[in-house]
Amino acid sequence: MSAFDFAEIAEFLLAEARRKGASAADVVVVEGDSLAVGVRLGKIEKVQRSTTRHLGLRAFAGKSSAITSSADFSRGSLQTLAAESVALARATATDEFSGLPEASEVAAVIPDLELYDPAIAEISAEAAVQWCRDAEAAAMDADPRITNSEGGEFASGTHRVFYAASNGFSGGYQTSSCSLSAVPVATDNGSMERDYWYSARRRLADLDSAESIGRRAAERALRRLGSRKPATSSVPVIFDPDMAASLVGHIAGAVSGGALYRGMSFLQGKLGAQLAPEFVSIVDAGNLVGALGSKPFDAEGLATRRTAVIAGGVLTNYLFDTYSARKLGFRSTANAARSVADSPGVSPTNLYLEAGDTAPADIIRSVRSGLLVTELMGFGVNPVTGDYSRGASGLWIESGEIAYPVSEITIAGNLLDMMRDIEAVGSDLEMRRSICAPTVKISRMTVAGS
Amino acid sequence: MSSSITGSLEPRRFFLDRFSLDDRALEDTIGNTIARSADFADLYFEFRSSESFSLEEGIVKKASKNISEGAGVRVVAGDTYGCAHTDDLSIETLRLAGRTARAIAEEGGSANSVSVRLTEPQHDLYSLAHHPLDVPLDDKIGLLSRIDVAARRRDPRITNVMVGLGIEQKIILIVNSDGTVVGDVQPLIRMSVTCIAEENGIRQQGTSGGGGRVDFDFLTDNDRFLRWVYTAADQALLNLGAGDAPAGNMTVVLGPGWPGVLLHEAVGHGLEGDFNRKQTSAFSGRIGQRVASELCTVVDDGTLANRRGSLNCDDEGTPTRRTVLIEDGVLRGYLQDRMNARLMGVQPTGNGRRESFGHAPMPRMTNTFLLAGESAPEDIIRSVDSGLYAANFGGGQVDITSGKFVFSATEAYVIEGGRITRPVKGATLIGNGPDALTRVSMVGHDLALDEGVGTCGKDGQSVPVGVGMPTIKIDSMTVGGTQA
Repeated sequence: MSAFDFAEIAEFLLAEARRKGASAADVVVVEGDSLAVGVRLGKIEKVQRSTTRHLGLRAFAGKSSAITSSADFSRGSLQTLAAESVALARATATDEFSGLPEASEVAAVIPDLELYDPAIAEISAEAAVQWCRDAEAAAMDADPRITNSEGGEFASGTHRVFYAASNGFSGGYQTSSCSLSAVPVATDNGSMERDYWYSARRRLADLDSAESIGRRAAERALRRLGSRKPATSSVPVIFDPDMAASLVGHIAGAVSGGALYRGMSFLQGKLGAQLAPEFVSIVDAGNLVGALGSKPFDAEGLATRRTAVIAGGVLTNYLFDTYSARKLGFRSTANAARSVADSPGVSPTNLYLEAGDTAPADIIRSVRSGLLVTELMGFGVNPVTGDYSRGASGLWIESGEIAYPVSEITIAGNLLDMMRDIEAVGSDLEMRRSICAPTVKISRMTVAGS
Repeated sequence: MSSSITGSLEPRRFFLDRFSLDDRALEDTIGNTIARSADFADLYFEFRSSESFSLEEGIVKKASKNISEGAGVRVVAGDTYGCAHTDDLSIETLRLAGRTARAIAEEGGSANSVSVRLTEPQHDLYSLAHHPLDVPLDDKIGLLSRIDVAARRRDPRITNVMVGLGIEQKIILIVNSDGTVVGDVQPLIRMSVTCIAEENGIRQQGTSGGGGRVDFDFLTDNDRFLRWVYTAADQALLNLGAGDAPAGNMTVVLGPGWPGVLLHEAVGHGLEGDFNRKQTSAFSGRIGQRVASELCTVVDDGTLANRRGSLNCDDEGTPTRRTVLIEDGVLRGYLQDRMNARLMGVQPTGNGRRESFGHAPMPRMTNTFLLAGESAPEDIIRSVDSGLYAANFGGGQVDITSGKFVFSATEAYVIEGGRITRPVKGATLIGNGPDALTRVSMVGHDLALDEGVGTCGKDGQSVPVGVGMPTIKIDSMTVGGTQA
């Protein structure tokens, strides 16, 4: 279905909602095609193709609203959808902050952020199978201790999004994405360890080579073999880039307008405070060309932009959608996101900790005895207090050198203390996901082991 | 968009009518999908209608109604499968999806002739007289408001209350290439309550909830919702005064009910057939070996009436059952779907589940729990000189291959001299699956199943599950507090 058809459907639904008594409304239509291929031990394990489309209507009855969604695009179904949405909106409570953004706030032009690669729609299952085979084979061939595999996987998809609202906004965009991963299993002296590596991009040509993904996955699985459980202690802890990204993710949750007005953020009331050393800056940028978290406009039609969340260690901005911004007396930062079946909430776009100037190797060299975290497990983060306690595994550092792997340990602290105690930020930032970070060193955390 | 479909709903008739199909069309599609050299093929039809409501700051701000529907077609040949999913349910699309699935399973050959026959499900675990989707809107909204009032009345330090109510009905129809046609109608309710407590500039949260494949009255019977409200409120209040949790290896006592998430992570996932067929689980090849203390018997049971994790049949049409995973400490069995059972030369156990028509089935848990032992819970606490009592948990996670698992306490206390003395902040507990249960030295007689809120994620697919456990004592486990 073309964007023109989507526009027609959206106009029809908005008119129906108005006819049924809605004071305002918006419609989002999402359509996607996807392919997933898996190879294990050289043989095809799965090939999966999906096509889905779904639309959601949000109707306002004055200052109250409700959402209905369906995969049935027939005219009769759309009429029922509109009627039910309006009826449901009348049943919810009046909320003075509810409503669409003003017409003056929505994006006037929709920039092409190069989020769509036509090559991705043309990928054949055969080609994908070969990439999976190559990635897995590179892992299996890396070392005789790689004895088994959960396989190589390729996934790709194209999505078309269309959004229209009664404030006059109407527009759409296309995106594509693809990823390739390998999950080898290493065995030695009865211990068995699995690890993975992957590459994910908007454009097919930008994916890392299958060989490099497989080799990296094998290295990661091998270095876990023969792990020890260190004694419980308080030591410096280094987070590798993917693990440091998870810390940025916790900060994203805490600066979200939704968490703030609910009283569920450990960063409430901290705007303007020096939370971290001067060399720490965190940016949300939804308008980066070709990036995985980019989109030309947010779920309420506002043009995405760059927002400095932490600049020079100071908390400079929270992230908002229209509702949470109005409620707390701010302006939306164009961070509204929604699924077709749910009302908008706040979500980061591309959120990253800016690169520092220390080489990651130098950060490791700076530790006399401590931990390099390469994996975190579980959900032990309290967003209200910032209390942090998670399962971990990684590499123990002795005298500035990686000494041996460690596992079955936990690391604990409080996110506010952890931000304050950031001692170094690496130069190794790579935009390989929508939330990312370079290597980060925290001067002290509790490591629980034996 | 219609609201719920209730009464004597018959899934086969429902899908045939809704998509203008007939038995011939099903036979034709499945027959054309399965090639002679494939092991089996199936069609999976799904129609899901759901509603959700949420309350915060004393008012019901959000309401939504959603409908999704579609079909999945799958062909299995050896350890390869091809599948295609679509939400456009015309006979032409189904044929195309069937051909796609067959082609991508790399199977040629001519069509098989299949004649379909309706099979009655063996269980009737959750037929409801009144589907909760049909309960008047005002009753649902009214209940959320009562919860808000009850929580705030519990204690003036409760400053915000968030309540979520989700109701769904899933109608499924599975057409197998052996000709069996099985349908099911699956209701599900889930309520969650989160309270924020505030005192002297300190804020804390508490969460509780419950549900199941039950009617709406289940929520209000014996003021059941009040138990969840008070649990959430009291947890938030308790944590206001909680000290730092200890760090290191110690004796841990886990309370009954939801802490059974330990079993789900420590052993349940590691006993799923796919990992064991591939020899990538820490439990691979260990059937008949001791993996727990003799006090431990662990089962997965999909046949418990009205439970969140229960199903009349799994998503491949196999009736659910009770599978003994660990008996008196010895590993007895794995959880299987059709493909992995066939490849391992065993029977499927009714554990083939998929999140939706858009996902492929794989072995998953239903309700997983540890059977009751003989100790009195108070004797278990009294036996501990120094340790941690964890009464409630958030979620957990496991690395299937190494067996390392974690789960995080949301309500915990220090045990000193055989007595629970003071509350401590939540902490993550970490252990090793094949090892952790060998350290279980006491098992209580107070088996309880959880309240019905669990959702399990695996390979990007979420399905509702249940867990359960009596009070147990684990002699040594690593606790991830900050007080070294």
